[in-house]
Amino acid sequence: MLERQQPSQFSLAIADFSAAVGLWPLWTKLGWNDILYRYRRSILGPLWSTVNVAITVIALGLVYSQILNQPVAVLMPYACAGIIVWGFISSVMLEAGSLFSSSESYIKQVKLPFWLYVCRFIFSKIVLFAHDLPIYLAVLLYFRIWPGSVALYAIPGFLLLAINGAFAGLAIGMASARFRDIPRIIASLVQVLFLFTPIIWMPDLLGSRQYLAQGNPVFHLIEIVRAPMLGVMPSVLTIWVTLAITAFNVLATTFFFLRFRSRIAYWV
Amino acid sequence: MTAQSNGGPIVSLEQVQVAFPVYHGGSRSLKKRVLFRGSAGKIARDADEHVVVEALRDVSFSLGAGDRVALIGANGAGKTTLLRTIAGIYEPLRGQVVTRGRISPMFDINLGIDGDLSGFDNIRLRALLLGLTPAEIERRLPEIVEFTELGDYLEMPVRTYSAGMILRLSFAVATCFEPDILLMDEWILAGDAHFMGRAEMRVQNFVERARLMVLASHNLELCRRWCTKGIWLDRGSVRDFGPINQVIERYSDFVSATQVPGH
Repeated sequence: MLERQQPSQFSLAIADFSAAVGLWPLWTKLGWNDILYRYRRSILGPLWSTVNVAITVIALGLVYSQILNQPVAVLMPYACAGIIVWGFISSVMLEAGSLFSSSESYIKQVKLPFWLYVCRFIFSKIVLFAHDLPIYLAVLLYFRIWPGSVALYAIPGFLLLAINGAFAGLAIGMASARFRDIPRIIASLVQVLFLFTPIIWMPDLLGSRQYLAQGNPVFHLIEIVRAPMLGVMPSVLTIWVTLAITAFNVLATTFFFLRFRSRIAYWV
Repeated sequence: MTAQSNGGPIVSLEQVQVAFPVYHGGSRSLKKRVLFRGSAGKIARDADEHVVVEALRDVSFSLGAGDRVALIGANGAGKTTLLRTIAGIYEPLRGQVVTRGRISPMFDINLGIDGDLSGFDNIRLRALLLGLTPAEIERRLPEIVEFTELGDYLEMPVRTYSAGMILRLSFAVATCFEPDILLMDEWILAGDAHFMGRAEMRVQNFVERARLMVLASHNLELCRRWCTKGIWLDRGSVRDFGPINQVIERYSDFVSATQVPGH
């Protein structure tokens, strides 16, 4: 037993990932508790997140249809889908910074795979995303919009987005455990991105400066889910950009994880 | 669990070195690192030469089935770090840690305890954290409930429990699944006499079934009663390793010698 070679970093990282997946009863429970904890002892519970988003959608939809001079029936569904998808992306970016540092007590007391914390994190974000979907359905019903079967393409689109969320979350979580400024940097980045990306305004408004939207990776990450939600196939460019971002994200994060996995316990 | 019957070591450490980087408020921030990287020369080197605390130095020993081991030593000698290294939480910078079997760490009784959940839900959550499957938990639940002696209290939110009651709950879960390796930090001393008696019996049973326990404690009397071997840690190195009485004797001699002025 003792003569055995020390396992490689690669096999340790793979073991970490597969052990975490096998522990799904634990991370679904922890992720669910995280959601309940936030809304504990409030009457609406997690439905508060639905109410918050509904208010934002209605208010922004009404105001921006006036400002941008577009019919409410067009802008409101567009802004609704955009805000819901953006809500997922921004919550991943904003909260991934505390992915490991907030689990310090777990990490220092019991040996669990690090991917478990990532799964717990992304699971609770997906559940919160699902809480917002009734608003989208309500808006569709109210404006009598039927997106058709194209809407089903939103599912693989969201799957890609969730994979990106998990890997980006791991990278941000590790970097933030080591450098405590990173969550602050991301917080200001998220604010700028919200204004800069066509979320509540349409890229057509850019006129001849379309590249400002098409060159923005976040735009494509939103479009891959939003376009089918509104009954339109995502553009070929959007699909390729999303696949490229996913490939880069997975490779870069895997490299980062291979290199620094064993240090996380020392950083938190 | 057939692996232990061949008598090989269950826990084995070989020249293990663990060191903690010390991040000051400044060096932990990205700004300082980027700035220092930018300005070449001496400061850059200084910024990279982190202050490091060596918590464990060249620690080697191996423990086999049935060993009950006490870790003793002054505050800051590295007892908790050693327990966490055995548990696999800290991966050593150098050296090797090999363990066989399921590990049950009991370092923090409040781990995973959610004050707003009931005692039952907390038992389930904690058991999941220790690596039990939901089916296993339901099978062992009656035994855990019996050991806690908390009865109807288990329906109440854990927020209403005393520290001793949480301890009983945690201990029952940590020992319910016959871990191969039980690691305990000194908080175990917080229980009342009745609980301590039952806990001792449970640990004795558990170790008789050819398993391993490591206990870090300052209470030498407890160490003598519960343990068969001792490891005396001094500033991160093993100063003595052997039968418990011998180690405690040398440790006590050392402590009293350093306390008398002029020696």
